Amino acid sequence: MKFTLSWLKEHLDTDATLDAIVEALTRVGLEVEGVDNPGEKLAAFKVARVLSAAPHPDADKLQVLSIDAGDGPLQVVCGAPNARSGLIGVFGPPGAFVPGGGFELKVAAIRGVTSNGMMCSARELEIGEGHEGIIELPADAPVGAAYPDYAGLNDPVIDVSITPNRQDCMGVRGIARDLAAAGLGTLRPLAEVYRRDAIAPVEGEGPGPDVRTDDPQGCPAFYAQAVSGVRNGAAPEWMARRLNAIGQKPISVLVDITNFVMIDLGRPLHVYDRATIKGALVARAATAGETVLALNGKTYTLDAGMTVIADDTQAHDIGGVMGGEESGVTDSTTDVLIECAYFDPDHVARTGQKLGLTSDARARFERGVDPAFLDDGLAIATQLVLDHCGGRPSGVTRAGTPPTQARTIHYDPVRSETLGGLAIPADRQQAILESLGFTVDSDWTVAVPSWRRDVDGAADLVEEVIRIEGIDKVAPVPLDRTPGVARPTATPEQKLERRARRAAAARGLDEAVTWSFLAESEAAPFGGGAWTLANPISEDLKVMRPSLLPGLLAAAERNLKRGAQAVRLFEIGRRYLADAERPSLGVVLAGNRRARHWATGKAQGFDAFDAKAEALALLAAAGAPVDNVQVFGDAGTAWHPGQSGTLRLGPKTVLAAFGMVHPATLKAFDLDGPVAAVELYLDAIPGKRSTGFMRPAYAPPALQAVTRDFAFTVAADLSADTLVRAIKGADKQAIVATRLFDLFERDGVRSMAVEVTLQPAEKSFTDAEIKGIADKVVAAAGKVGAVLRG
Amino acid sequence: MSERDQMQRDLLARIESADLDALEAVRVTALGKQGSITALLKSLGKMSPDERQAEGPRIHALREAVTRAIATRKDALERAALDAKLVAETLDMTLPADAPLSGTVHPVSQVMDELAEIFADLGFAVATGPEIEDDWHNFTALNIPESHPARAMHDTFYFPDGDDGAGKMLLRTHTSPVQIRTMMAQKPPIRIIAPGRTYRSDSDATHTPMFHQVEGLVIDKGITLGHLKWTLETFLKAFFERDDIVLRLRPSYFPFTEPSAEVDVGFSIQKGKRVIGGSDGWMEVLGSGMVHPKVIAACGLDPDEWQGFAFGCGIDRLAMLKYGMDDLRAFFDGDLRWLKHYGFSTLDVPTLSGGVGA
Repeated sequence: MKFTLSWLKEHLDTDATLDAIVEALTRVGLEVEGVDNPGEKLAAFKVARVLSAAPHPDADKLQVLSIDAGDGPLQVVCGAPNARSGLIGVFGPPGAFVPGGGFELKVAAIRGVTSNGMMCSARELEIGEGHEGIIELPADAPVGAAYPDYAGLNDPVIDVSITPNRQDCMGVRGIARDLAAAGLGTLRPLAEVYRRDAIAPVEGEGPGPDVRTDDPQGCPAFYAQAVSGVRNGAAPEWMARRLNAIGQKPISVLVDITNFVMIDLGRPLHVYDRATIKGALVARAATAGETVLALNGKTYTLDAGMTVIADDTQAHDIGGVMGGEESGVTDSTTDVLIECAYFDPDHVARTGQKLGLTSDARARFERGVDPAFLDDGLAIATQLVLDHCGGRPSGVTRAGTPPTQARTIHYDPVRSETLGGLAIPADRQQAILESLGFTVDSDWTVAVPSWRRDVDGAADLVEEVIRIEGIDKVAPVPLDRTPGVARPTATPEQKLERRARRAAAARGLDEAVTWSFLAESEAAPFGGGAWTLANPISEDLKVMRPSLLPGLLAAAERNLKRGAQAVRLFEIGRRYLADAERPSLGVVLAGNRRARHWATGKAQGFDAFDAKAEALALLAAAGAPVDNVQVFGDAGTAWHPGQSGTLRLGPKTVLAAFGMVHPATLKAFDLDGPVAAVELYLDAIPGKRSTGFMRPAYAPPALQAVTRDFAFTVAADLSADTLVRAIKGADKQAIVATRLFDLFERDGVRSMAVEVTLQPAEKSFTDAEIKGIADKVVAAAGKVGAVLRG
Repeated sequence: MSERDQMQRDLLARIESADLDALEAVRVTALGKQGSITALLKSLGKMSPDERQAEGPRIHALREAVTRAIATRKDALERAALDAKLVAETLDMTLPADAPLSGTVHPVSQVMDELAEIFADLGFAVATGPEIEDDWHNFTALNIPESHPARAMHDTFYFPDGDDGAGKMLLRTHTSPVQIRTMMAQKPPIRIIAPGRTYRSDSDATHTPMFHQVEGLVIDKGITLGHLKWTLETFLKAFFERDDIVLRLRPSYFPFTEPSAEVDVGFSIQKGKRVIGGSDGWMEVLGSGMVHPKVIAACGLDPDEWQGFAFGCGIDRLAMLKYGMDDLRAFFDGDLRWLKHYGFSTLDVPTLSGGVGA
């Protein structure tokens, strides 16, 4: 919301400086986004008279002027065709910066003739588009005056951000009211602002125009007045200047009046050319599929929940949102109908959202305009039309009833302290509320002004008094503290995540944070996404990720493309599955595990056992019972079918998938070369039972363990794990550890060697006992098809 | 010179010039079973006591001198051999050793840990909630009805499934729905922070469609705006580890708080960069306010009995202000160069005793 300082002062009688006003605006909650003084950059330019104009001796298109900018004659070379003796224009002396040209003026010789500055065009000063000639000012313009002062450009433009609750401040008057309440002056009576004795309905001739509302939900009230015999033309200079200053291009006085009143008072209006209206003008519910050609030149197709203003033949206006192209006023309009209506905020909001159409009118109606201001708004508009366009007014038609029910709040002034934290004397609170338009009776029943739709409870009143008194005066008050040292607050899940994160970083992995949404093609190798956005920002960010790996693979690809030799990335975040968001940890290992090295030779890539090592290490860090974890297959189609697996507790609880990524998956991410990956399903890790801090008693075995090696020939498809587990189960008392330490294949025979650790209890093993255990080992291995090698 | 003296001189001379093999030969010649000194020792048995008295010490002295000379020579030879072996084993100690693997923790995670640590000391637990939210938790319960203009300001990502209205699913636009879920799940008094991912359909130099927010919520009896101000001041002082943190509250508007305030923090310019602390200028860092009575009521609590405050703050922004990153988009690119530069060592665990910053 933009307005100028002089515009504000129409409503606010104040001596306050610009700085004080800007500071106060932000202090009361009307955040100033910017202040711009367009006159500042033109301060050096002066009003000047051309004393004489003679042809340039060496150039056909140039003239040599003698000008007076208040300090006597100066010679200036000028190329403008309209430069002539007696013209009053704008002169830029040497040293002045020409904003439209981007250069600084200097004394210069132009084709041999000295020029002491420049007579300027509108475009050169960035005050208009004109560049056919130099600016021509009226004959009474004071020669020698600073041009910005003369042109009224020294009027700072203040831009404030209005929060959605403050419709009343979408008009200059509402802002002035807040400033007056904040002690920055007094609010002038509205009649004084509009140079009237009083604001009262304009008594016209005859009946009011034929308007009505058939949609009391969408348009509870439709007030209108006609004026016939008007002349449309340019707006008065003061109005055009204000609109121009805030970036509203003046169009024609009739249109400008509606824009001016909307910005001045927050009261949107619409003016129809009566010649285009057939029969009565009616607010009614749109019929589904009905179309309106709006003022912005676009056609909108409406649905039944929307409100239109229509005549006998067609809908002209999307109620509260935008007027129609066909019924708008033109230069030849002579009879007008002025609409001042109340549209229901929810209706307007929904209509605007559905149509994707924003407008200044919508912004005000959807926030709720003052329902008690229809008569005054119409009177002001009609009067302005009469003042500037002439014509004869009709009577006023008041169709429907605006929702002006009185609203009261029972308030206890102690709330400013018990909720707002600031004790403010009751009489001061009353004064603040009254300055904002509230009325307060003796038992603190507070009546809310009609323009403050946002206020509906005691908390709102606390906000009003606090913000005007100064929210910065609220003193900090410590929260109560539980005695003693702060208690731990992290949940087991949070602790697990923290441990996993720091363990991963300690293992040399770099933590990335990647988008939660992906392209469909990136989600596809991982089973596709269960959640697809209806309104994605792009096709690349459309599907909620079913796995952390696609985001990491894409990041790995970018890093490799940038020349990274080794990529070890991890991420902790959620997978978005149909039933739940599941905390996960993803790891991607790409490029070189080991760079080429003087001691180890060629660079080595990552393999599936790098992935397995990460998976087990991170599971252990996260507190999973890794000794009980078993390797299964079925990592999924995104993985190398022969070099991947899952880690499970029992057959059902899948803790992780690991291995090499399938080449087809890599291709989808534009990766070549082997890539290893891990995904940990953090929510599958069983919680630790709390057993207190005490550890079990320390009881190292009294006797030293002994090891025995066994080598077996096995079938080609026997997994190492099957053999090792079989052996471990051969004697659960004596065998405390088994470890595969050798593996080779020769002549189609596969051989595995296993080291078995035997722990004696009270007495050392006798040879016979060891032989007995060895027999059991061989027997157990035999059950899975392994034969002791001779 | 006696025969014995001659023998000693000859033996010592041979020892002096012997290598290890020759030395062994000398030892056998002199001290072996058939050795010359062994023979002398044997001869002692045949001597008369007087002779023995005289010859015994001399023969033993001979034997000892030779034995000692052999040992000394052997030591010297072995030392020389080891020295030669070690010289042969010389390596170029300037060759590079294996580079250690050094991973990093992302700044967003680090700052979340910092927040958890600071707020734990103030008695706040960390709460979480779903990112795929329903309309009711994200908007309606927070006093943002369907036609509210604030909804349009949220640039919400929606999912197409389901009917319009209450069941509609969306990506949460803020962490505030966790307020609702917490108030509905547990009885006051409540003190939580809720950090996490949030989403808005907005993408430019300073906005990304995904970002991180932290929500704070206190519900208790007698909580006022004064407690809010103290909490934010205390938090920011602890987070930036500076005592010259100055806050400025500005009245503002959020549908779910009343009164509402934006919180600016003062900054100073140091080496051309904005540094938090001082009051050369103001930077907006937080939105906050007293929880709206309608929100408290929507969660099934009596707003006449319970009141409190809430605040929300961008985590990415906090990280940028504290650690000096200037491009939000880089947070989510996974560029190793950026991660190594701005990431944190695994050992930088924020603690109150060690300081939460790293």
